Amino acid sequence: MNIPVRLRPVLFMAVLLLLWHVAITRQSAHLLPTPWAVVLGIVELARRGLLLKYVVASLFRVTWGFLLAAVIAIPAGLAIGWYRRTEMALNPLIQILRPISPLAWIPISILWFGVGDVAAIFLIFLASLLPLLLTSINAVESIPSVYVNAGRNFGLKSVRLVSNVLYPAVIPQLIIGMRITLGVSWLVVVAAEMIAVNSGLGFLIVDARNAGNRYDLVVAGMVMIGLIGLALDTGMRSLEGIRSLRWGYSED
Amino acid sequence: MSQAATATIAHTSRRAFQTKLRAESISMTFSRDGKSTDVLENISLEVGDGEFVCLLGPSGCGKSTLLNTMAGFLSPTKGEVRIDDEVVTGPDPRRIFVFQERGVFPWLTVEGNIGFGLFKLSAEEKRRRIAHYVKLVGLQGFEKAYPQELSGGMKQRLEVARALAVNPDMLFLDEPFGALDSITRLIMRRELLRIWEAEKKTIIFVTHDIEESVQLADRVVVMSARPAKIQREVLIDIPHPRDISSPRYLELRDGIFEQIGLAHKV
Amino acid sequence: MNALAQPRKWEKVFWPVLASLVFLVIWHYAVRWTASNIFPSPLDVEKGVGELLGKGVLWGYIGDSLRRVATGFGISLILGVPIGLILGWYPAAAKVVNPTIQMVRPISPIAWIPLSILWFGVGDNAATFLIFMGSFFPIVVASMNGVRNVPSMFRRAGRNFGLKPAQQLARIVFPAALPQILVGLRISLGIAWLVVVAAEMTAVNSGLGYLVLDSRNSGKRYDLVVAAMLMIGVIGLILDFGIRRLETIKSVRWGFRSEG
Repeated sequence: MNIPVRLRPVLFMAVLLLLWHVAITRQSAHLLPTPWAVVLGIVELARRGLLLKYVVASLFRVTWGFLLAAVIAIPAGLAIGWYRRTEMALNPLIQILRPISPLAWIPISILWFGVGDVAAIFLIFLASLLPLLLTSINAVESIPSVYVNAGRNFGLKSVRLVSNVLYPAVIPQLIIGMRITLGVSWLVVVAAEMIAVNSGLGFLIVDARNAGNRYDLVVAGMVMIGLIGLALDTGMRSLEGIRSLRWGYSED
Repeated sequence: MSQAATATIAHTSRRAFQTKLRAESISMTFSRDGKSTDVLENISLEVGDGEFVCLLGPSGCGKSTLLNTMAGFLSPTKGEVRIDDEVVTGPDPRRIFVFQERGVFPWLTVEGNIGFGLFKLSAEEKRRRIAHYVKLVGLQGFEKAYPQELSGGMKQRLEVARALAVNPDMLFLDEPFGALDSITRLIMRRELLRIWEAEKKTIIFVTHDIEESVQLADRVVVMSARPAKIQREVLIDIPHPRDISSPRYLELRDGIFEQIGLAHKV
Repeated sequence: MNALAQPRKWEKVFWPVLASLVFLVIWHYAVRWTASNIFPSPLDVEKGVGELLGKGVLWGYIGDSLRRVATGFGISLILGVPIGLILGWYPAAAKVVNPTIQMVRPISPIAWIPLSILWFGVGDNAATFLIFMGSFFPIVVASMNGVRNVPSMFRRAGRNFGLKPAQQLARIVFPAALPQILVGLRISLGIAWLVVVAAEMTAVNSGLGYLVLDSRNSGKRYDLVVAAMLMIGVIGLILDFGIRRLETIKSVRWGFRSEG
């Protein structure tokens, strides 16, 4: 039985969906949705105008939180990585903050910003800040010293050293770090929305359950979350494919 | 010395020649993305039991491909290889391939590496074998060390010990000393010859270093650039230890230089 | 100060201590200056930690959080490493399964909360399930990549020495992949620690995450909130250090470049 290679993953998913369907319909109490019910749920959300509204809301928060974090963390991280003493100084602080889940900041963020968009954006900002900082520090520290020495050999002073050697050398790693952090912030926005706001895909999941046990909409929300997260990741990966940056990546 | 024809059978005066390996009309073509490259063209070669043969040629000429084919890691497009008159169909512990020193397993100690292929032996026998080969390659004192604690030359010796421990008939060495500095290389060549004379294995050794081939081999098989053919076989009839300033050595060496088309002066 | 000069030994202690002190001082005075009587100063937090320790509740909560992590992470480990190894060993299988993994992976473990509560009710099992969902995929992917990245030279040596495929997997592929698997485990443990806190804020009634939320909800005790956050950070750090120690074991140390 020779199934063409391209088709096999699709077939695999189809089999899983089939098992899912069978598992649900065999039970008498249909609390959980079948795959088809989920599709219908997505359609319903689209028709009610909620789908677009919620997706945009979630993306809006992620974008703002992520960009704010990037604008602060990347330059700071590059500087910290360059000046070894600052890294030594700040490292313990960073290491203690790192394992603290962004969600643990919820009480503080509500205290400072109340319930709403700003609080959610703040959480995403927090979630992206440290990973981007660490990526930038790491990127600078792993520049082979031969590059820096070559730069200095050719007479480059600090500023031009930074722009002509440091900056191009760190971009490949920064892009990978940004992709991973974007994925993290996508996870966090969902969590933040379940607790702190009144719109967005995370809110949809909680609300659909609370207001009537609409598990079909719950799972529909989850599917949308998965698809958009995948799209974000794929988008970032295509950045890594730009030729002038490709030297920074070994075969993935 | 007159130029030999392509396929000749050499007789060493030391022992009766018994054919260990016979390569018959080996041709190898690689195709990738629709393009096909001829790497080996109609190579026939006989290697005697206990002989030390060097395959010599410029980088990329296909000598490694030939070695891999003889060891059973590649199947020739045409022709066949026979060892002890059995067709070679795949790798086998009776003929061990030695890479450059990065082939040692970094997660095992020296003892662990040497004992790697000895899983069919009793614990006592295994221990004895390991001790013997640790001593043979001169790694006493390092039994519990990990490869990352060893120098390049030591790691190479470790790999040879690992290969010898399973008592193979043949060793295939693919530019094993390439990553070592030239001083270590000289030392390792002497070590290899010492081990060869002690263990009496059949060795096929690939190199691009003309001096190395004349220093080590009973017979040097000079290969042309791709698609590789056997250009010439040179019998090195100097007994070991070889004086590298002796006239006979220089004569043989220069002959090969000329064969490859290189001048004597730098 | 020359940025590229080698820092001396005493500086390794001096700078962090200085920075931390500066941070604490700024924090303290910021609280004073804004005359906030809700947000805690460092001293308030210290007292808060003492109070929690004294009440005896803290140890129980820490134990709960650790227990959930252990279970969830443990199951991920036991299932994820073999599955990852198999997917790495049979690339054809990986190609079939990979798109599905890529689609499920971006769904936050938190998004699974309603389903997990439905299936497991409120309690430990729900939390364990969420932790599993968070830590499973990184382990699978790391194990898979670890196998894929084993240099072909090692596998060839295995065939040369007469190893059968099962022996190859056990004696060559697994040890060679182990460093990468360990990295995956470390990342996964970090994720598990993040998820447990989140899970405890929504699906259970004990643990450090619960403490954070509860301290605020029952009395706006922000000093306890921050104290709990501090504990979360410290324990997470300890877990990370612990698993990093594994990376120094000699038979895997070869796989890690010497880093701090």
